[in-house]
Amino acid sequence: MATRTTTGPVAGREYRSDHEGFLRHRHFRWLKIATLLSVICIAAYFLTDPRPRPGGGTWIGYTLGTIGALLIVWLSLLGIRKRAITEGRWSLKAWTSAHVYLGLSLIVVATLHTGFQLGWNVHTLAYALMMLVILSGMFGIWAYATLPSALSSNREQMTQGQMIDAIRALDRQLDEAAQPLARGPSDLVLEALGEDPFAPGLWRRLSGNYRNCATQKAIEGLARLGDQDAAVERVEKLLVRRKAHLERLRRHMRLKSMLEVWLYVHVPATMALLAALTAHIVSVFYYW
Amino acid sequence: MIGWHGKGEGVKDRVRIAIVGSGPAGLSAAGRAARLGMSHVLLEKTDHLSDTIFKYQKGKHVMATPSSLVLRSDFDFDAGKREQVLGTWEEQAAAGAITVRYNAEVTRIEGEKGAFVLTLKDGGTLEAEAVILAIGTQGNPNKLRCEGADLPHIQYQLDDPTEYIDEHITVVGTGDAGIENALGLAADPAQGNVVTILNRGAEFARAKEANVKLLTEAQAAGRVIVRNETTPAEVRPGQLVLDTRDGQETIRCDRIIARTGSAPPRKFVEDCGIAFTSPEREAFPVLSPVFETTRPGIHVIGALAGYPLIKHCMNQGYDVVEFLNGNTRLKPADEPILAEKFAALPGSRSVDEWLELLGSRIEIFRDISPLQLRELMLDSGVAAFRKGEAVFERNEIGSSLFAIAEGSVAVEVNKDDPSITVPIAQGSIFGEVGLISGRRRGATIRAAEDLIVVELSRSAALKMMATAPAAAKVVNRISIERQLLQIFGSGLTREDVAELVDGAEVQELRANEVLMKEGDEGADIFIIRRGSMIVEREIGGKPVFLSYLAAGAYVGEMAVIDGSRRSATVRAAIKSEVIRLPGEAFVRLLERKPQLRRKAFEEMERRREINAFVEGRKENFSSVVDMYSQTAQFLVDNGIGEATDVLLIDETLCVGCDNCEKACADSHDGLSRLDREAGTTYAHLHVPTSCRHCEHPHCMADCPPNAIQRGPDGEVFIDETCIGCGNCQRNCPYGVIRMDSVPPKKPSILSWLFLGKGPGPGEPSKDWRKKHAEGAEKPKQAIKCDMCAGIDGGPSCVRACPTGAAIRVSPEAFLSVAKLAEGE
Repeated sequence: MATRTTTGPVAGREYRSDHEGFLRHRHFRWLKIATLLSVICIAAYFLTDPRPRPGGGTWIGYTLGTIGALLIVWLSLLGIRKRAITEGRWSLKAWTSAHVYLGLSLIVVATLHTGFQLGWNVHTLAYALMMLVILSGMFGIWAYATLPSALSSNREQMTQGQMIDAIRALDRQLDEAAQPLARGPSDLVLEALGEDPFAPGLWRRLSGNYRNCATQKAIEGLARLGDQDAAVERVEKLLVRRKAHLERLRRHMRLKSMLEVWLYVHVPATMALLAALTAHIVSVFYYW
Repeated sequence: MIGWHGKGEGVKDRVRIAIVGSGPAGLSAAGRAARLGMSHVLLEKTDHLSDTIFKYQKGKHVMATPSSLVLRSDFDFDAGKREQVLGTWEEQAAAGAITVRYNAEVTRIEGEKGAFVLTLKDGGTLEAEAVILAIGTQGNPNKLRCEGADLPHIQYQLDDPTEYIDEHITVVGTGDAGIENALGLAADPAQGNVVTILNRGAEFARAKEANVKLLTEAQAAGRVIVRNETTPAEVRPGQLVLDTRDGQETIRCDRIIARTGSAPPRKFVEDCGIAFTSPEREAFPVLSPVFETTRPGIHVIGALAGYPLIKHCMNQGYDVVEFLNGNTRLKPADEPILAEKFAALPGSRSVDEWLELLGSRIEIFRDISPLQLRELMLDSGVAAFRKGEAVFERNEIGSSLFAIAEGSVAVEVNKDDPSITVPIAQGSIFGEVGLISGRRRGATIRAAEDLIVVELSRSAALKMMATAPAAAKVVNRISIERQLLQIFGSGLTREDVAELVDGAEVQELRANEVLMKEGDEGADIFIIRRGSMIVEREIGGKPVFLSYLAAGAYVGEMAVIDGSRRSATVRAAIKSEVIRLPGEAFVRLLERKPQLRRKAFEEMERRREINAFVEGRKENFSSVVDMYSQTAQFLVDNGIGEATDVLLIDETLCVGCDNCEKACADSHDGLSRLDREAGTTYAHLHVPTSCRHCEHPHCMADCPPNAIQRGPDGEVFIDETCIGCGNCQRNCPYGVIRMDSVPPKKPSILSWLFLGKGPGPGEPSKDWRKKHAEGAEKPKQAIKCDMCAGIDGGPSCVRACPTGAAIRVSPEAFLSVAKLAEGE
């Protein structure tokens, strides 16, 4: 669904419902610009024949390096743009769109800038960090493009707070319903209640694999009791509901983490890249 | 003089003035009477002064608006905490030697001017020469109506639920008050209360969803016993007999808390022989300039007289006693405000002369009392325009009503040719379309000669129409006529449409009520006056959404013109009003006006095309059309039908970063007016909790300082005169208004980014706010989306969305089947 509409006769102010995602923004404007930039860089690289050999020290190398450095600095400014809510006709979506496509074109610009001369030095470190930033960014694009609808379907109009409240409410009911139970089963219930959905680490959250789920264990434990009275049955039903809610919350946290986790590589690596880039530029001019 | 008697001993049985109700108005009246040495008694039905303010929650900040109004009272009043305000009054009442009689509820007023007899609830009587009613609008709680309803263990209010331990308590009534009381009593199991709540029906129709959920949960946990379809049959000491679905049942009961709503005081007032201006719910008693009602000797002041603000009330208390004391030259305290208003006008007239002039010249003011006119003018503006100046332009947002006091105006009916105009003469009104439909101005209006107009704000105009039926009639007729002229456009005159206007009928529709059904015969056409309609056709057994019609559109002309059956079903999206016009008269009009005929045919052709388009697509894109229909229906169900501008989130794009909320907070004093995650979703289209800027905002309905306005871009906003009463929050059906105080200012974004100062982007946490509070906490006020009015670039929620998920739309743009064609 990519549409632009202006309203009919009633509204005087022009309402634009610019309903396009950041990838398709303005009919792929920034994809086109980034492609053009890459093509020009490639053409320039192959149409010139620098002596003694291609690299950062030739005039084409300096040009590409300047473009690349400026791009890197500009791309990192997205972090500030996102947070500085100033007045003006800017759109963060346009920025994101440009960030994505120009960031990808950096692969071409910077690689050509190296002239394929890589080694164990600060220059290659900057290059490697840049590639790390770009790769994590590509994961981000994938996540942003595919996960939101799953996140939306999973939460079924509930907010995260409501999911937690729902579990808390079940916990209160479980706590009361479990009072008549014998020591063994009630220990199982207590353990399930003591389980903090937020406690397990990042890895577990991302994988969505909770092997030692106490609620699951309690359900199995109660099922093993065999013939059951009404109280046990009630607790079991509540536990099954708790499990369902817990699973929804876990899926929610998993998707949210996947949408965020790459930033924990992307942003620190950008900081490191900016430092390495500075070192690279200073050293080049120092030893000129 | 009689001294201060807390318990009411020593009260004379005959006084000059009996003042009923000890709120700000009554108290101020008593203060003035005491100061003037007039014998008086202040009758208060509870055991403390000023019950309405007494019942405010602890520590609530009481505001003193309007600030331009000077306070004229023997009592002091300034904005401040509830305790402080009440404390001051308490002290000054004692010092001022006011005679108060507590626990004295007046049940009847008999006799006449000079010799009234007031009967009290305890059976006592009291004689007074004049009566001042200052009983407010709070009313009395509905009493239980069963045997034993007078037993002492029945109470109608619960101040502190932790007061009671180990009791069997029954709450009667499952409105919010009842449910909250029951939950409060059962909250702490250590109190050992056994709490039962009685629900007359099987559902909880009158309570908020959140409260119902909590109650159901408490019931599941066994903390509260909920009895549906149950009413009290008889109250006995320690016992309660219940009428249940399966017969009578007796339960143990040590205390009954009855929360079954309250009766407005209007009945009592009417029983006293006082006439109201109209049977409408919003009407007030008919009053003379000295606040005297239609029953000589009885005066009404304060909220009951239509003045809900504390300062107004106190001034009136003072004034009414001065009047009774024979001071006829006293000018009301608002005189300087009016004088200032009129000062800008040419011709040096006094306030009274101006009021006289307006009242006699302007048609809609003719049946309004001088007192009402005075009040109306306080809420209104007056302005003078030179010949040729525009009063307003086409497509401006505005919902005020203009009345011409002097001169005349020209309406530019054709937007392409400003030379075509229609005149409106002195004494008439204009701007009524915006008032009724809540939409933009339909035409530019210029002064045809030097002009003086009165501009009535929407709320003032609505109040006037509710209280003066004659004025309402005039506005209605003019508005129908104008709407016809505007819709059918150029070349028509008042005479041309006179036949239609005479046959016109205003019809109200409930939400979802069908106006016309596909396939039916019909000979009338309809103009949507307020609200909006959905047009749909049945295709393959399913309703397919064709279009959305906003106020100002017309429908039904196809069948009238070509005599065919209705080609589509039209039903109300929300509560709406249509003008039904007789079909034959319309056909005759078309015959006389070939230009109009051509225009109508063109419009009809366009609608036919849409029908054909949907019909044609049905085969190939049935799922797309279905999806579209259902999505459109979902949006209408979520109030988009009455929205003018709404935030939607496409959840196939939303990554949940909440940057929209943060941007909102950072653009508005650090408080977000939007809850992204909450709200309903259909087919990944999410309607977050955020203002829809309704055509007829529910929040505006009951705002004492009239602080909610519609701004120049159509935004509904709350200005700084908000007194924090929370009425708008309760009235908003979409829950988009919150009450909060402005947090302290944050350090800049760069010092957060590089130095780690401050809480970062978005709304600061409670802890941070507490730690960095500067001085006393600011009073809580209502805050809501203002569509980032005055911020260059427009709504920051949309600008700050990194993926393009957040969009703002107006419904007529979004809910059009034409979107389907573009959307593939």
